This record gives sequence, structure tokens and C-alpha cells, in this order.
Amino acid sequence: MAEDPSTATWRRSVKLPSERGSSRLVTDELLEQLGQHGWPPDDIFAIHLAAEEALVNAVVHGNRLDPKKTVHVECEVSPEHVRLEVTDEGPGFDPTSVPDCTLEERLEAPSGRGVMLMRSFMTRIAYNAKGNSVVLEKRRGDKPAAE
Amino acid sequence: MATQRIDVTKTGDVSVVKFRDRKILDEAAIQELGSELFALVEIDNRKTILLDFDGVEFLSSAALGKLITFDRKVKTSKGRLKMCGIAPGILEVFQVTKLNKVFDIRPDAGEALAAF
Repeated sequence: MAEDPSTATWRRSVKLPSERGSSRLVTDELLEQLGQHGWPPDDIFAIHLAAEEALVNAVVHGNRLDPKKTVHVECEVSPEHVRLEVTDEGPGFDPTSVPDCTLEERLEAPSGRGVMLMRSFMTRIAYNAKGNSVVLEKRRGDKPAAE
Repeated sequence: MATQRIDVTKTGDVSVVKFRDRKILDEAAIQELGSELFALVEIDNRKTILLDFDGVEFLSSAALGKLITFDRKVKTSKGRLKMCGIAPGILEVFQVTKLNKVFDIRPDAGEALAAF
């Protein structure tokens, strides 16, 4: 008997080129799988946002758009849980060194919100010690940490 | 060749901007969008602008950055900028990042136009 795709855990491993727009090679299928697994629109928005930020950070800041480097992405989608692992081939960084973009003096800075958005819209994010790999996890129904 | 990203109409003195893209996340598209928005001020000398996000489903943080620089441009030019029609998910992004304190956001076009 064929496995029900809406209940089985979908997994995908992808290597992205370090070029602008490559995130779609992951997000298009990820969004489709979220829909097939019955994820609600609010959660799909949150996961899409966080995934996009993580992928762009890896391509642009991690690999610095170096065509010799790739971004390795592991995706898992089940009806209750999503896990993404995004790893670039760059030198890494210290995520705790990113300034708080919600401070008054930084509110109008044009960049620097990606990590904060990932933390706010996912259930959990965790960087490795080097800072070139991040795991994003979302539990169905978790809400962003908006004040 | 650049793709047109916005449509602009006038309601009284207010230039109402609507976005052609449902998802504003592609870097090239965001740059083109920024150029078109800045041209409203730098070339057309428009002073009262309403960004109507009706139909926009997604904004990346790069798009937020472009809105911030545009907001600053309008204010520097002694103009006024308001936003409306923002989808609940995107509104949460503005709230989480506290950009709802920077931008003048109204629920819909009617309320925004009345507030100019």
C-alpha cells in the first residue's frame, strides 16, 4: 500500500549554488510540501520567511556569492514539525554579535533583521560553534514572539 | 531590461502605489522596486505617497530595508508617506521588528487617504 504523502515525513537534501535567487530551489518545493502536509497559512508564512532569511544569509554573507561555494540544505516536513538545516562554506560568524535591530538607534538601519526574524518566527534556531550552519525548527501552531 | 514593479495612480494630491509582485523577495526585483519608488520623489517630485500593499503576500527583510530607505527619502524631501493594506503575516513582521513605530501604517486605503 502506498504511503500517504500528507502524513509521511518528507525529506530532501539540496546543494544550492551561491547566486542570488537560488533560494527558490528549496523554497518552492518546501512550500508545496507544507501545503500537502496540511500546515496552516500562518505557519507556512513563518517558515517561508525564516527559510528565505537563512538561505539568503548563507549565499550572500556566508559564501559571499562565491561561485565555487555551495549551500547545503537538509529539509524535513511532517504534519507537526519542520526542520531545516542550512550550511554554507564560509568562515562562519558569531550570531550573538548581531546588533539588536529593535533598539531605538538601530530601528532605521536598512539591514540586520534576518537572524532576529528567524528567531522570532521559528520555534527554535541553533547555530553550530563555527557559525556557518543553522538549524531551524518549527512546531505546528507556535506563534511569533511579537510584543 | 528592468521590469515594472509598481502601478501609480492619483487620488486627489496623494500618489497611490500598488505593487505588481505578490511576493517581494527577489534581490533584483527589490532593487528595481527601490529605483521606481525613489523616482517618484527624485524625478516626479511627489510629496504625498501611499503604499498600498493589498495583494502582497510576502516581504523579505531585504524588502523591509528598501522601505526604510524610501521612508527616509520621503521624509528628507519634506514629503509624507503612509502604508495600508498590509497582510496579517507581514504586519507581524513589522511588529516584531518594531518597524510599526517607524512607518505610518493604516488598515486600509480609505483610512490612509483620510489621514493625509
